Amino acid sequence: MATAKGRKTITAMDRVKLARDPKRPHIYDFIRFICSDFEELHGDRLVSDDRGLVAGFATIDDGADGVKVLVLGHHKGATVEENVSANFGMAQPDGYRKAMRLASLAEKFHLPVVTFVDTPGAYPGDTAEARGQAEAIAKSLEFFSLLRTPVVVVVTGEGGSGGALAIAVGDRILMMENAVYSVISPEGCAGILWRDGARAPEAAEALKITAADLKRLGAIDAIVPEPAGGAQKNPRAAALAVRKAVLKALAELANTPVDSLVAARYAKFRAMGNFY
Amino acid sequence: MSWYVKPETPAKIPPTKALWQVCPRCKSYVAKADWKANNAICPKCSYHGRLGARERIAQLADADSFSEVFREVSYSDHLDFHDASGAYKAKIDATIAKSGEKESVVMGTATMGGIPVMLGVMDFAFMGGSLGTGTGERIARACEQAIAERRPLVICSASGGARMHEGILSLMQMAKTAAAVGRVKEAGLPYISVLTDPTTGGVSASFAMLGDINVTEPKALIGFAGRRVIENTIHQKLPPDFQSAEYLKDHGFIDKIVERRELKPFIVKMLGYFGFGKEG
Repeated sequence: MATAKGRKTITAMDRVKLARDPKRPHIYDFIRFICSDFEELHGDRLVSDDRGLVAGFATIDDGADGVKVLVLGHHKGATVEENVSANFGMAQPDGYRKAMRLASLAEKFHLPVVTFVDTPGAYPGDTAEARGQAEAIAKSLEFFSLLRTPVVVVVTGEGGSGGALAIAVGDRILMMENAVYSVISPEGCAGILWRDGARAPEAAEALKITAADLKRLGAIDAIVPEPAGGAQKNPRAAALAVRKAVLKALAELANTPVDSLVAARYAKFRAMGNFY
Repeated sequence: MSWYVKPETPAKIPPTKALWQVCPRCKSYVAKADWKANNAICPKCSYHGRLGARERIAQLADADSFSEVFREVSYSDHLDFHDASGAYKAKIDATIAKSGEKESVVMGTATMGGIPVMLGVMDFAFMGGSLGTGTGERIARACEQAIAERRPLVICSASGGARMHEGILSLMQMAKTAAAVGRVKEAGLPYISVLTDPTTGGVSASFAMLGDINVTEPKALIGFAGRRVIENTIHQKLPPDFQSAEYLKDHGFIDKIVERRELKPFIVKMLGYFGFGKEG
């Protein structure tokens, strides 16, 4: 859409495309750019090691300060082989259970948790249902609401519904400028409410899924700016902006007594959508 | 010439919606009156049909014990949402006018077998039982009241999932309700979740799956993703019992499948074990 001055405005669907750009930095890129060390750990100790969700201990380092944290997040994969093994970032129940297992370990040793959210949604398959996708997500929501250590969430790409939210219950919710976060994909919503998946751009506008929308609605705390043209143009600069925002959030939370932290986290989500 | 006598043809009554209930599971025609008399349970296959919230409350709460709370909490159209069929506000206002309910869950205090409880029942007929901000708010308030008054929490769910007309804040109700029932459980109170037909999407993936006891009725549909979505993902046909109550129990996510007439005695019995019985 062209404005009177001839400049283009970015539509919600443009943001969806940017959020899905395969060149956009993914979790291993963020780790590479902002952590001075990283040790990935595997498996849910029940069934498998889901490649759609990765986790490990790391030091987020800006040269002046190094903060030891647990990093966890969706993994879409950078190559075709990775895409397939990771189900394009659609986590299995095993992935959410791995996240909970390692977050418990972080809690035990008083390490904060930083999560990176980038998924089209939780994996919708027969194996996922058989192993309790609904239960895994439900449990994760309850688990992170009670976790007795700071949690900082960064929505970096696609915030796809319950599969995103399962690792997005935290004390600070950050969202990259061109990320989107929605209850349903624009295509899915258009298919149901417009009976035509091709009308996704209309659904994207109606659903209010951009970072600016979510900030206005009180669903996120802060927007992390991206390099001109989007994070894919300069992944390193994009990651460094995320590092700055994450370290700021961690510093704010560092001295909060854990009881107050958990109470404030409850109050934060409790207030969302309370119009009554 | 008896072979020539034109037999009296039985009056052909076309199966109309007014007279016949088609069982959604076995597709048998059951007279509406029989369906109703049998508690909305199919006499052929024992599928437990959907009940309205008020019917379910009448079956679970002791007579005259239910006292509704949070009725003032209704929906919110904070997105001014419009789709191909018009405005969300018009659609839900029509549902409210028709049903007399203002949200997809009805909450109240009640006694069950003499035990004071917080009882919530979702109604699939209200916008597909979808989880809107009002639904989430009613559930969160109920959890807080249950803790304050030391009442066990009983929620019967029936829902297609989050209400997309309310956008991201409907998704956030999953986090809000999961956190709220988590606090009920942390407070040492039992939470009995009754997953009724159907319980899917954002409701199965939040408070509904988090019961200390997860109980359901025969042949109820319970799952996360829709059947068609899954079939399109795996490019295979799914077995007929996929996502049924029986399938969920076999896979370890449901404590027990209980027939409708046994549901209240079962809940009362469990509350008794947990110290909330008459002698507890």
